[in-house]
Amino acid sequence: MARFVVRRMASAILLLFAVSIVVFGIFEVIPSYNPARAIAGRNATPTTVAEVSHKFGFDKPVYVQYGKTMELIFTGQVIDYNDNLNVDSQFAQRFPVTVSLVVPAALLWLVASIVLGSISAVRVGGFADRGIMVAAILGVSIPVFLLAAVLLYLFAFKLPWFPNTGYVPLPDNPAQWAYHLFLPWISIAILSIGFYSRVLRSNLLDMVNEDFVRTARAKGLTQRQVFRRHVLRNSMMPIVTMFGLDFAVLLGGAALVTETVFNLPGIGQYEAQAIGNLDVPPILVGAMFTAFFVVLFSALNDIVYALLDPRVRLTG
Amino acid sequence: MTEPLLDVQDLQVSFATEDGLVRAVDGVSFTLERGEVLAIVGESGSGKSVTVMTLMGLTRSPNARFAGSARLHGGDLITASEQELERVRGREIAMIFQDPISSLNPVQRIGNQIAEQILAHEKVSKAEALDRAADLMGRVGIPRAQDRLRAYPHEFSGGMRQRVMIAMALSLSPGVLIADEPTTALDVTIQAQILKEIRQLSLESDSGVIFVTHDLGVVADIADRVLVMYAGQLVEQGTLDEIFYDPQHPYTWGLMGSVTRVDRDPPKRLPAIPGQPPSLLRVPAGCHFGPRCPHAFDRCHEVPPLEPRVPGSPDHLDRCWLDLADKRTRREVGGRIGLAQGDVIK
Repeated sequence: MARFVVRRMASAILLLFAVSIVVFGIFEVIPSYNPARAIAGRNATPTTVAEVSHKFGFDKPVYVQYGKTMELIFTGQVIDYNDNLNVDSQFAQRFPVTVSLVVPAALLWLVASIVLGSISAVRVGGFADRGIMVAAILGVSIPVFLLAAVLLYLFAFKLPWFPNTGYVPLPDNPAQWAYHLFLPWISIAILSIGFYSRVLRSNLLDMVNEDFVRTARAKGLTQRQVFRRHVLRNSMMPIVTMFGLDFAVLLGGAALVTETVFNLPGIGQYEAQAIGNLDVPPILVGAMFTAFFVVLFSALNDIVYALLDPRVRLTG
Repeated sequence: MTEPLLDVQDLQVSFATEDGLVRAVDGVSFTLERGEVLAIVGESGSGKSVTVMTLMGLTRSPNARFAGSARLHGGDLITASEQELERVRGREIAMIFQDPISSLNPVQRIGNQIAEQILAHEKVSKAEALDRAADLMGRVGIPRAQDRLRAYPHEFSGGMRQRVMIAMALSLSPGVLIADEPTTALDVTIQAQILKEIRQLSLESDSGVIFVTHDLGVVADIADRVLVMYAGQLVEQGTLDEIFYDPQHPYTWGLMGSVTRVDRDPPKRLPAIPGQPPSLLRVPAGCHFGPRCPHAFDRCHEVPPLEPRVPGSPDHLDRCWLDLADKRTRREVGGRIGLAQGDVIK
């Protein structure tokens, strides 16, 4: 176990650096990228641009710029080019918002997927099954920006059931916190419910034909017992794997569309703005942030898998 | 006369498929007594597995059609409700399957799997169920059973896993034990041990055993009576001696003839039965074995009923129109019982 952790940490560090190099490299090759000009402003003279360039070190060789940026990131001093804010502290401030958005949504979609996928598989071919599968395809197919916008329009504007946008921190007012986040939770959940319930349904249907399920029935267990203890439990593995990865990228800010539409001051919103402005430091930090979570959850995933399935042994 | 333990009457099982109705079991009748071992022999696709799985209610599905009856302790298994079957399965009638590796839940401990069956039918504590599980494991010859309770299936060898299945099946001393090719997936040496276990344990609990197999050696080892199935039908039925020493049906001759004997010279070519079993979608009219039978004659266009045709052996039944003397001559091929190859002078 110790070896496993050490090797994972080592590969995590390597991965973070690889990601940072790739992101940095991308901006070096984008033709329209000129941060000095962006910082200096629209009406700046070439001299001003040159001064800015020098001040920020844009005239130095790539690897020097890279080294400097990384140093700034890890000492908590890196500033974004657009608003002159400290990137690291922005991330720290905005992270709770993203967590508030992502964690309940993830729990919601996980529970809903298991319920819907199970109903579908147990009543396979029936009305409920077909209904759920159609809804699932719709859920998967609708683009998030459309869904978020439609939800906002229908339930906050047309029918003023929910607040327009904005975020209320949990410690301030739990009820308002949930009230404001309700539509965003639905936005995120619908997409994933569609996907997960279909996967679970497929796994369950395969599992039902397994020999050990036949043995369980031959023992005289009720259909419910067979389903819960043998079929469902053995079908959860792929779900766990997928969930780990999805959750990780969401924590890293992948829900940026939802955050933008609902004006939630989370990491995703910040990253979205940075991308729009071609603002390197936040993008760099964001990419590494996400990579960190992916590696963490990937390792957790392997551990959970080893716990659930005794045939699996933890290897590097 | 006392009622038999299990009484199957004219059992029919068909499956409705896109290509038509598959008649998997076409009118099978037999009885089983306590303490006896009944072997069902036949090729793959003969309907033997479907027959026994139907007794357990494991073939029920939206496209399955059933007829006939299977009476156990006065209740009919074919028409029983799901709840009634759940009560009976594992308790009155139990089954062990062919492949012990895939027949056990890979992520559940062995002790729990055995205990699960006990707990499903009896109101005992989990601890007591586990104790009984350890005891059962000991009785089937698994050493250090108490320690092995917490083991997972993949930590056991194939033979051990099958023993676990046997322990599980016999945990509640069911009246009927069905073994569906339990040794096919195991080494020959382990096979002998497993057969011994099954035999011994069923004697101890006075269960009747239905043993499905395609291996005549196994049949000779443990069967008291034998049922021969072909293309969904019972073609011959009798005691072990009757089937082995006085077989009446050409298919049975073919089965006997295809066994290579240690006490004879090896044949130049293995005497296989020519042809293929018929598709159960389009069963031949008349005797199902007719198309492959070198002894077929005009009467064979009529389905022969399963009847006793040997004077003095009322329980030896078969489906062949040939008369007794004819049968006894025709089945002698190359100095032993077999099915004549090629055209036969009628």
